[in-house]
Amino acid sequence: MSSIPEELSYTKEHEWVAGLDDGLTVTVGITAFAAEALGDVVFVQLPETGATVEAGDAIGEVESTKSVSDIYAPVTGEVVEVNQTVVDDPSLVNSDPYGEGWLFRVRMEGGPEDLLTSEEYTTVTSAES
Amino acid sequence: MSRSTPLREVHEGLGATLTDFAGWLMPLRYGSESAEHNAVRTAAGLFDLSHMGEIFVTGPQGGEALDHALVGHLSVLEPGRARYTMICAADGGVLDDLIVYRLGAEEFLVVANASNYERVAAELTERSRGFQAEIDDRSDRYALIAVQGPRSQEILGALTDADLPGLKYYAGLPGTVAGFEALIARTGYTGEDGFELFVAGEDAVPLWQEITKAGADHGLRPAGLSARDTLRLEAGMPLYGNELNAGLTPFDAGLGRVVKFGKPGDFVGRAALSPLKDVPPRRRLTGLVARGRRVPRHGYPVVLLTDGTVVGEVTSGAPSQSLGKPIAMAYVDTNVSEGLAVDIRGSHEPVDVVDLPFYRRSM
Repeated sequence: MSSIPEELSYTKEHEWVAGLDDGLTVTVGITAFAAEALGDVVFVQLPETGATVEAGDAIGEVESTKSVSDIYAPVTGEVVEVNQTVVDDPSLVNSDPYGEGWLFRVRMEGGPEDLLTSEEYTTVTSAES
Repeated sequence: MSRSTPLREVHEGLGATLTDFAGWLMPLRYGSESAEHNAVRTAAGLFDLSHMGEIFVTGPQGGEALDHALVGHLSVLEPGRARYTMICAADGGVLDDLIVYRLGAEEFLVVANASNYERVAAELTERSRGFQAEIDDRSDRYALIAVQGPRSQEILGALTDADLPGLKYYAGLPGTVAGFEALIARTGYTGEDGFELFVAGEDAVPLWQEITKAGADHGLRPAGLSARDTLRLEAGMPLYGNELNAGLTPFDAGLGRVVKFGKPGDFVGRAALSPLKDVPPRRRLTGLVARGRRVPRHGYPVVLLTDGTVVGEVTSGAPSQSLGKPIAMAYVDTNVSEGLAVDIRGSHEPVDVVDLPFYRRSM
């Protein structure tokens, strides 16, 4: 069973969202569940800093040995930072998905919608595993 | 419902991610597929290949029946030796690629792909009518365990009295491994030295455990289908369903050498294949190395960088551990060899053409 930290929010697309509390800038990454399902991640494509993204848009991709998946914007806003370290070393998505493997930060415009609690996300993963 | 091999519980105990492959629940990977791939390149990997089909052909005309049913010349095979060959439809399309072992004067073992062996067994039965030969599909009774990698001989040598150093590539001999009766074959699908062990289904679990123990100090690790696929791709080996299918002839696949027109008698596909042997095919199976980091995958178009004209299609692609770059095999028009790209979800990513295989073991 992969870890699902309680303090984070989640999407059905297996991304985690941190920092909602201050209502301004959130950090986004891929859950441990998704990282395990993907296998060894070999390539991460992230949006440009400064890009405006809308919740639900496909804005990047994560590629593993066997598959490729879209990365979605979990919230609407402006991308203010991307994790260049994970672009250079995509294996961080596998080894530390909630830490060094974070993907990008978005300054939110308007509130987040449709995010899941850790409990709700646990239900999603049980249904898929 | 997927079928399971005798080793399913062993895989589950090892924490494997299981996946459906050709109707079988098989280990995709146990942990990191890159680590499994590298173990096979540098030490050894242990594979469950029990989903493969084992079809026995016996009788005084077994060889002649196979000569008629397959494109190869099997009746001249020496006992103890094996051949890579194919079974084709009357129109020359490849129905499966096979390894045929001659076990004795009147006994052959045909190893077919999981996705095809029922069809292969049915075709062999049909095509051997009129020959003194019996076809017996024993796939359900056999397990197949492979040990692949440079330390394979060391690991298995500790478990068997069989003359492994004397066993040539594409040869097989009956023996015992850890006390279990096995056909020990020096074959594989990884580009490394290695062995494939055909054993009774009920012996699979204890044999797997004995090999695991024997390999513990040699860097042996269990390896799943994901590593198997990247290993065979680096070695430039075709996979049925990707590089081979019923819409392609052996000549289309660049494997016309397996078609033996010189053998006596007619064989299924001869009439269709014979005119093709001197005709250059329109497309050739080509090795591609990506300059960027995005991975060309099965079905992606190969295009000209200049104007996007489609000149081919990727059949297999993956990130290559050995090259550190994405690699692919693709059917590409024979009149182009540079200025190529792969259309990766709308973006034309440049690739270079290289000779196959991508990886060749040193020795």
